[in-house]
Amino acid sequence: MNFFGILTFKDFIHGPIETVPQLMIVLGALGVVALLTYFKRWGWLYREWLTTVDHKKIAVMYFILAGIMLVRGMVDAGMMRLQQAISVPGSEGYLSPDHYAQIFTAHGVIMIFFVAMPFMFALINLATPLLLGARDVAYPFLNSLSFWLTAAGAVLINLSLVVGEFAATGWLAYPPLSGLEFSPGVGVDYYIWALQVAGVGTLLAGINFLVTIIKMRAPGMTLMKMPVFAWTTLASMILVIFAFPILTVTLGLLSLDRIAGMHFFTTDLGGSAMLYVNLIWAWGHPEVYILILPAFGIFSELVPVFARKKLFGYTSMVVATMAIAVLSFVVWVHHFFTMGAGANVNAFFGIMTMVIAIPTGVKVFNWLFTMFRGRITFATPMLWFMGFLTTFILGGMTGVLMSIPGVDFQFHNSLFLVAHFHNMIIGGVLFGFFAGFAYWFPKLFGFKLSEVWGKRAFWCWFWGFLVAFMPLYALGIMGATRRLNVVDPAWQPLFIVAGVGLCIIGIGVLMQAVQMYVSIRDRKNNPAGSDPWENGRTLEWSISSPPPAYNFASIPVVHTRDPYFMYKEGGGTGGMTLAKPHDEIEMPASTPMGFIIAIVATVFGFAVIWHIWWLAALALVGIAACVVARSFETDIEKPVRI
Amino acid sequence: MVPGGFFFPRYYVPMPSLFPVLDPAGAIGLAERGLMLHAVEFMLIVAIPVYTLLFFFAYKYRVGNKKAKYAPDVEHGKLEELVWWVVPLEIVLVLGALTWGSTHQLDPKRALEGGPPLQVQVVALDWKWLFIYPQEGIATVNYLVMPVDKPVRFSITADAPMNSFWIPQLGGQIYAMTGMATELNLVANEPGVYKGAGANYSGDGFAKMKFVASAVAPEDFDAWVAGIKAATSTLSYEVYKELARPTIDAAPAYFAQVEPGLFDTVMMQFMDSVKGSAPHGADAHSY
Repeated sequence: MNFFGILTFKDFIHGPIETVPQLMIVLGALGVVALLTYFKRWGWLYREWLTTVDHKKIAVMYFILAGIMLVRGMVDAGMMRLQQAISVPGSEGYLSPDHYAQIFTAHGVIMIFFVAMPFMFALINLATPLLLGARDVAYPFLNSLSFWLTAAGAVLINLSLVVGEFAATGWLAYPPLSGLEFSPGVGVDYYIWALQVAGVGTLLAGINFLVTIIKMRAPGMTLMKMPVFAWTTLASMILVIFAFPILTVTLGLLSLDRIAGMHFFTTDLGGSAMLYVNLIWAWGHPEVYILILPAFGIFSELVPVFARKKLFGYTSMVVATMAIAVLSFVVWVHHFFTMGAGANVNAFFGIMTMVIAIPTGVKVFNWLFTMFRGRITFATPMLWFMGFLTTFILGGMTGVLMSIPGVDFQFHNSLFLVAHFHNMIIGGVLFGFFAGFAYWFPKLFGFKLSEVWGKRAFWCWFWGFLVAFMPLYALGIMGATRRLNVVDPAWQPLFIVAGVGLCIIGIGVLMQAVQMYVSIRDRKNNPAGSDPWENGRTLEWSISSPPPAYNFASIPVVHTRDPYFMYKEGGGTGGMTLAKPHDEIEMPASTPMGFIIAIVATVFGFAVIWHIWWLAALALVGIAACVVARSFETDIEKPVRI
Repeated sequence: MVPGGFFFPRYYVPMPSLFPVLDPAGAIGLAERGLMLHAVEFMLIVAIPVYTLLFFFAYKYRVGNKKAKYAPDVEHGKLEELVWWVVPLEIVLVLGALTWGSTHQLDPKRALEGGPPLQVQVVALDWKWLFIYPQEGIATVNYLVMPVDKPVRFSITADAPMNSFWIPQLGGQIYAMTGMATELNLVANEPGVYKGAGANYSGDGFAKMKFVASAVAPEDFDAWVAGIKAATSTLSYEVYKELARPTIDAAPAYFAQVEPGLFDTVMMQFMDSVKGSAPHGADAHSY
């Protein structure tokens, strides 16, 4: 047995283009280490961040992770667009087919798993306990572990730039292409283990927030008095708990195919790739709703605030949310109508898909009628909402269009499909998360974001999105399939337009960076106060910004929906009751264990990827030892004086 | 690749449509386009009011407009909510009925009217398309010829990563997968040369895995078959294995004879043993 498995020195040597990100990652890491050492911030980093179990700080770390990975994912997108804009037959562009395939695979994986998911968990971490009137989540240590496992997955995926390669299979790694025969390198293994490690983190987070919502609500806050964001998060977490184990098992089986010579998904010896396609989408479709439901929840929180009016149709919203959650598990076949299932099967899944449009439409009308006879202020979060609805209706229409199998046969795997899901994930999920970020940022940090730069960023994202993705709808109708590294000359003009759109989005990201800089620079002049939007309705606006570590000195007793708004309306009597705070609160104590387990999990993933079996075994024992050690720790709370 | 030469009919100048999905040349493509336009019409029933209300409400109820009514405590309305549960439901009922009917109507497996179909067996390879005409006993690579107005029944498999067989102007696609055959029935009602492509990513040569499908008059088709049969090349299993080796942007080719049962052999090589580790060929399809 080789001491380093299949890892050799050659795996560090890359071509000229691949060397650039390799050096950037290595130098970037060294730079961070140097800065921390120069400013003597190691102790600060350890005490305040690596070991923290405070949901607000974990939210900040999720934000940072999502932000960094967003930049990486957008660089990937830019490289793809550039390749497609300049590569017509005869001029093959600047990327080899294999490198191009690694980039589109990484782009999809990163944007879903390491941008959208962390961004979502950032917002859930930040808002859920505050909305519920809780001091932290149900399992604070687990929360830290979840974050660090997600970060470990992100580290593994970036490590593939430094040593080895990444999968060149598309973001869902369909076999047999992802099998050993057609992908003999370590790329698919990086894919599998980055997602396995991050996936465990996601599953644990799902359990954590489900329990938090069920068990940690303030007294008096019955389920039907819960803010809608808590409902959508509840639905999303239920989906996480049901869907992520499917992903874990599917990738586990794929890994057994690759490592242990098994044949779950290769046609030899009775395996079937169709099994994989079904399993991965049985996770993949709910995943779409895992992401979009919290975005819906964010809009349901902020539209009433900016329209200065109660949310219209609360009960409808709740019913619609839960209906979407249930339906999301019976539509997965619409991702592969073209696999040759019978007409009855295809028609059933097509119709179920359309049925989802009903509760979704109900939500849209409820938001619209929340605006009706309101007094609407178009602050940045509300602009994101307007942008969301404008683009989301279009995406919804193309979605219903493709839910009809006979139509889907013509759009499947084309750029029309690519345009559709970017429409949903950028216009729907991302705009929703940006809205939530702008909305809750002042609460989390205690100062307001620059509205001017926020609005500029919004307009760039909005128009950039349209310019980048409307051409893709057209290209799909022109017969352009996805994942082409060389395109038909007739399509080239539209690819160039799409590239321009991406540049506009890029300017939007730049403006978000400027917004961050300007806002931090001027933070003294823009204190948030407890209720920065002046019309806060839910519990988070009743406490200071930033909230103290324990959030609520005295847990409020809730009597109605929108408790804080009713409390203000009633001049301090309606909505909720505040008891006199105790002098001392027991808060969960910091622990490095989550961080340590994640490091060992990274080592485990790396060892399996490179077949370094002794190290993998050692790491596995290490993880088990950490878990056991943690379970014997009894001193897990510390008193905090108010 | 410029279509031409003796074995490629040049009776029709290729006129690649810029929007093939909207410019069908066969009954299936036409029906799929009709379905698409129908569905869009129905969805506009919801989409137009939503866009109108969104921008109207946003404008009218802006904070600066003090003349507009303000009703901050309204939190639900039975009638309104009934309307937006029921109206989308009705639309989905109609669309659902349309979907049920059309999905059966356009089931790729469904045989088309217009007499016995032309049989074509399709093998997706790395990175080229092999077309076997079992009735004629000939085979082609990366080009496909069919008589106009005659239904064509494609049996599709793969001996490479999963792909998807798509001729946009004739109608929608179906996957090509190893060890099994999927079916697709299409017809070309207008003579012409249509682009075909692999639509599911299959590796390095995917982007260039294109083919042309040519629809010609029946007598021209017969002449074309006769011309190919006059040649001598044979597609035996050994020649097939050579052909199946990965190549990018393969030139069109033809075979005057095809080993009988080759398509089944290609499928069955996955069924009874680990691919590549046991002898295949004649015994493979006599399982």
